[in-house]
Amino acid sequence: MTPEEPLIRWDWIASHLDEIAMRAGEHIQLTVIAVGLGLVIAFGLSLLVLRVPRLEQSATLVTGTLYTIPSLALFALLIPYTGLTLLTAEIGLVGYTLLILMRNILGGIRSVPEDVRESALGMGYTRAQLLWRVELPLALPIIVAGIRIATITTIGLVTVTALIGQGGAGYLILIGLQRFFSTPLIVGAALSLTLAIVADGALVLMQRAFTPWSRAR
Amino acid sequence: MSFLTSVAAWLADGAHWQGADGIPIRVLEHVELSALAVVVAAGVALPLGLYLGHTGRASFAAINVANVGRAIPSLAMLVFALLVSIQIGLGLGFWPTLFAMVPLAIPPILTNSFVAIRTTDRDIVEAARGMGMRELQVLRAVELPAGLPIVLAGLRTASVNVVATATLGALVAGGGLGRYIVDGLALQEYERLFAGALLVALLAVGIEVGFGVLERASRHT
Repeated sequence: MTPEEPLIRWDWIASHLDEIAMRAGEHIQLTVIAVGLGLVIAFGLSLLVLRVPRLEQSATLVTGTLYTIPSLALFALLIPYTGLTLLTAEIGLVGYTLLILMRNILGGIRSVPEDVRESALGMGYTRAQLLWRVELPLALPIIVAGIRIATITTIGLVTVTALIGQGGAGYLILIGLQRFFSTPLIVGAALSLTLAIVADGALVLMQRAFTPWSRAR
Repeated sequence: MSFLTSVAAWLADGAHWQGADGIPIRVLEHVELSALAVVVAAGVALPLGLYLGHTGRASFAAINVANVGRAIPSLAMLVFALLVSIQIGLGLGFWPTLFAMVPLAIPPILTNSFVAIRTTDRDIVEAARGMGMRELQVLRAVELPAGLPIVLAGLRTASVNVVATATLGALVAGGGLGRYIVDGLALQEYERLFAGALLVALLAVGIEVGFGVLERASRHT
């Protein structure tokens, strides 16, 4: 990375298109698994907290502490136990999604007006029907807002998982740092940024498609 | 348990508390760099956020800058900072890490100081003006005390982000506690890795808790 050398060598990019596509694929895969699992766990936690309200404080404390620990440190705390594996990466990544997702699932369900809930119960809905047919659809915009934040955050964190051998856009950054070569550095950074922006846009479109009644917002 | 015992032994080893790679120096480097980044970011974002909040200008931009900031992966930011630092001849380590931290710390401080002032009861602000207070007095005596918890929450988010980015600084040959993690990983010395991660985690959680206490205290005044 001397001043005489060009910042971007296009010939390197042209000859590494396959690798760049592969790293993008790894990045997306790591993100989808993390947000998907995070959603399932956060949903379970939220239902538990709704049934047993006194658990809310401890659930928030645990997920909040996880969220506060810097990513590199959280992965490092897991490595001695689970090694340089996909499991280590996903435990950390899922851990980071929980606070945001749980906060939005709970907030979404609680934002459903009490009269709506009572009318549904009055119409003979069971608790499960109330949840699936009334509360969740009405909570969807707030839940999707949480998924957006969780996804963007995860895409940023996946960049770091390259350090524990899991590939993704961060791998290109690491190559650039090791060889002191600016082209893969820039490609890796631009790739993670692009993925974050595209994912956010896609989720906005998805939310509009699933909740046509809230289009006014 | 044996692994945690060897981590405890690593931490208790006097040799790890001395010299340039000793724990006190690494903690100091980490805290110094983080504090500097937050101070620089606050120096830019706080006056701007308070001014925009007070006048109500550019509200869309002031609120959305936080969302944009969150979308930028910190490692990507570190890369761009590294390239800038090398181009202008400031090299590796301290400067690129600082350059990456400041832009990541600005959005939460800016947005929160803006929101803090905007959410102050407008009737109280009008009453203060009616009492003959000048604009700066309104800001200092009315809006700022009322919005202080929100301003502090922004500083807290920025500080926690900055401590995390300072850890990544070890990847661009920076100092701080990230060194133990990156070196521990490279040397496969898991005691070093784990001890460093523990110290980083404690620092981040400590900052979070400390600001939480400040926020609660500021609500009672």
